[in-house]
Amino acid sequence: MSYLEYNTKRMPAGLAKVLYLNWPLVALLIAVACYGFIMLYSVAGGSAQPWAEPQMKRFAAGLVIMFFIAFVPLWFWRSVAGLAYGLTILLLLGVEFFGSVGMGAKRWLEIGPMRLQPSELAKITTIMALAAYYDLLDLKKVSRPLWVALAAVIALVPAALVLRQPDLGTALLIALGGGVVIFAAGVHWGYFAALIAAGVGVVTTVLQSRGTEWQILKDYQYRRIDAFMDPTLDPLGAGYHINQSMIALGSGGWSGRGFMEGTQARLNFLPEKHTDFIFTTLAEEFGFVGASSLLLLYMLVMGVCLLSAFNTTNRFGALVTLGITGTFFLYFAVNMAMVMGLAPVVGVPLPLVSYGGSAMIVLMVGFGLVQSAHIHRARLPS
Amino acid sequence: MKRTEREKEFSQRMISRRALLLGGVQLGVAGSLMWRLRDMQLNQAEQFHLLAEENRINLRLLPPTRGLIFDRKGVLIAGNEQNYRVVMKRDDAGDIDLVLSRLAQLIRLSDDDIERARRDMLRNRPFVPVTVAERLSWEEISRVASNAPALPGVTPEMGLSRYYPLYEDMAHVVGYVGPVSERDLEALEAPDPVLLIPRFQIGKSGVERMQEDQLRGRAGSQRVEVNAVGRVMRELDRVEGTPGGNLHLTIDAKLQNYAIERLHGLSAAAVVLDATNGDILALASGPSFDPNLFVRGISSTAFRGLLDNDFRPLVNKTVQGLYPPGSTFKMVTALAALEAGVTDGQERVFCPGHMDVSGNRFHCWKRGGHGRVGLVSALSESCDVYMYEMAQRCGIDKINEMSTRLGLGIRYELPITSVSAGLNPTREWKQRNRNSDWRIGDTVNASIGQGFVLASPLQLAVMTARLATNKAILPRLLRDPIDRAERESASLDLRPEWLRLIRRGMVETVNDRRGTAYSSRVVADGQLMAGKTGTSQVFSITRAEREAGIRRQEDLPWNRRNHALFVDFAPYDDPRIAVAIVVEHGGGGSSAAAPVGRDITLAALNGGVPPLSAYPSPQRNRIRAEQLDLEERLRTPEALRVSRA
Repeated sequence: MSYLEYNTKRMPAGLAKVLYLNWPLVALLIAVACYGFIMLYSVAGGSAQPWAEPQMKRFAAGLVIMFFIAFVPLWFWRSVAGLAYGLTILLLLGVEFFGSVGMGAKRWLEIGPMRLQPSELAKITTIMALAAYYDLLDLKKVSRPLWVALAAVIALVPAALVLRQPDLGTALLIALGGGVVIFAAGVHWGYFAALIAAGVGVVTTVLQSRGTEWQILKDYQYRRIDAFMDPTLDPLGAGYHINQSMIALGSGGWSGRGFMEGTQARLNFLPEKHTDFIFTTLAEEFGFVGASSLLLLYMLVMGVCLLSAFNTTNRFGALVTLGITGTFFLYFAVNMAMVMGLAPVVGVPLPLVSYGGSAMIVLMVGFGLVQSAHIHRARLPS
Repeated sequence: MKRTEREKEFSQRMISRRALLLGGVQLGVAGSLMWRLRDMQLNQAEQFHLLAEENRINLRLLPPTRGLIFDRKGVLIAGNEQNYRVVMKRDDAGDIDLVLSRLAQLIRLSDDDIERARRDMLRNRPFVPVTVAERLSWEEISRVASNAPALPGVTPEMGLSRYYPLYEDMAHVVGYVGPVSERDLEALEAPDPVLLIPRFQIGKSGVERMQEDQLRGRAGSQRVEVNAVGRVMRELDRVEGTPGGNLHLTIDAKLQNYAIERLHGLSAAAVVLDATNGDILALASGPSFDPNLFVRGISSTAFRGLLDNDFRPLVNKTVQGLYPPGSTFKMVTALAALEAGVTDGQERVFCPGHMDVSGNRFHCWKRGGHGRVGLVSALSESCDVYMYEMAQRCGIDKINEMSTRLGLGIRYELPITSVSAGLNPTREWKQRNRNSDWRIGDTVNASIGQGFVLASPLQLAVMTARLATNKAILPRLLRDPIDRAERESASLDLRPEWLRLIRRGMVETVNDRRGTAYSSRVVADGQLMAGKTGTSQVFSITRAEREAGIRRQEDLPWNRRNHALFVDFAPYDDPRIAVAIVVEHGGGGSSAAAPVGRDITLAALNGGVPPLSAYPSPQRNRIRAEQLDLEERLRTPEALRVSRA
């Protein structure tokens, strides 16, 4: 009857749901967020302002949101999945036509005093929509081309809209998050093999389009690709960020330069040290011990969620859990690979650690769904 | 939708299998991330650490303070002054044209300055600071500082720069400093790294150049931590440099100033030696130039003006200028004859105004001849025929030997640039350089300081000092208290009775009614002057000119007139001062050079403008007028204040 007992037969109700929460997951998320608070305090030069304190408040708000979503019965989320997805598409179209421009991209919708970033929302709703789709779909039709194509459309429409903003990083996360759900739902592996082959083709096409009239990406994105291929090519230009990041990361050594002693961060050699490159700062100041322990924490989060997915008999819950954790994984894997010079600089934050409001709230919403699936895993009333 | 139990079972199994697969892939990716982390942080940590240190640590050289130069009494000749300047870095400036145009609105910047700054910035690496403007006023530098946000890459700085408070007085002696050039660097095997500091200044001529090693000092260094845009965050450590050593010259700045002003309007040189030890008290070459112009970077028009000037201000005539010594050489010929024993000094020679030597007629300057002249009157009246006779008797070798003994034809070791050796012509020299045998006519010409003989004013002053003291006086410019006592000049070992005769001839030149410099005599007690005039021919008056009616020097264009020379020592009984004067194309030694020599000698003996009582009373009114004119140009006592502690 405790939350450690996974194969529950009874659906908890009321305050009892608190006992059925995935508490190890909550503890792990708090631990990860603490890494963020410490590093934000450090990069601000030993001050809670301007980053650490707002981040704490936002995380607290995120926790509240997570609990709220967790306690709402999962079937409610399944029933609103289609609606949420449709709304997201409308908002993305709104951005396309009425969005406000910032840093060379249209990402925000201004509704009254609120600033909404629908692309963040899309990460969750796409997963929800696909999970609901596969929950409703007859199991025999899962691998039929028409139904696979429909699932692909559900995943790719928001991704394409986000790519047009342009926001390559988020578009990739949406598409890949959708892909994880489709894969988990049991679609035949042949489609994925074909997709990978096609992906190679697309990459080639994108690279080929450079300099022509139908150039697909912006110039700065091509330059980032160049810098990724060979950061030493232009150490003061495109490759500067990755170069400086690798220097900072490598110079951390085993135990790092010490709290608030990272020279690369403190002397501004690191760009975006409080957002995309916060992992570098961690690695510089706390060395291999600090950096690898955060990576281990992330893996534990993954492990706890996967375990929860194994133990639920609810198809929607399992698919949502796998989709959210897949997205979460992509966040930190792409970010870490980026700062280590293994991936291009695409502007993906380190989840729960990087400074930034919307990404954190969206993740907490996602984990709220995971928690809801965990609490309501026993059975779904029809 | 409703599902059967079997379907649920199938769905769960499928999801678990796929989740396991996903987990496996994720574990693999995380593993490779961990591997990469380990590789960078544990295996390559040292390289990256080094790179990080290179990023943040800059080594900067601290230029040493250059040593000061003082005169013999402690008057500052070359000092360092605070200098506000503006430096600019290309990489921080971004659009350098825009920043420069903004800067030009705040401080005075000529188009040349802007162009030079632009060029320097584009030539150097982007983070090398380039000096845009120097010697700014406090107001200008504060304008720049308060507009800093609009002037990226621009920093106001304070430094020291060389200045010469005595302006043109010392230009030829101390020279000047200037920025290190490519040629300077190439000339050195292992250049001091401090030379690579942009616009670091080193001695370019004179004492500044020759004593560079002592004046420069040793650079200090500073390790600073810089941030990504190159701003200095803090100093990590600092090694102080050693300032350059100060120098004390033998020059008397006040006398030098007097000499320079006395030469005003002339193309001339004056050398004053302490006859007892060879200290150079004044080394004046006129006209001179302001060395400060060269430190600041002289404009091309000003430089052209100096180059095109007929009076050649850039040439140090005292040591670099070589002139036929003319009659001032007669002491050498006479002394050579006495030492060779070809005359007893009492013998008289008849001068009919000319002498025929192997078919050529050599004239005495006095067309009518001097009649019968002895050695003393041959000097005081400057008889050429007497010298022709003596030179033929003793021969060029003896003359040459005496000339060398008296200090002619020798390059002195002095810390100034372009010291000339002069020329003591010998048989071998002529064979080698002119490819012909020495002829008796050459000896005759040499006997009166013409022909091949060449000497600098400094050498003539040394000769005079040696005649006055019978010591092997060597000139020196650096006052070195340590070897002062040791440096007692060796005796020349000339027979005192011969020297007495020569000096007699010199004192009568100035003080005997028939002497060539009688009009420049001194009447003050204890300041009796002994001297010798000289007039050296530069061009002969051609036959065409003679037929056109040109007989006198004044009728010739300036640059064809004779050089006027005068050497003297004083006081006669106890020589303390030896002087040599050359007035280029001055006409005649007695009229153009002797009065200059007299005034400078008196100034040296009296420590300032000579009292009128030293001059014969009929001349006093004229002299007074000259002095009033000159006093206006002299530096104030304030400017010649002793500043050494």
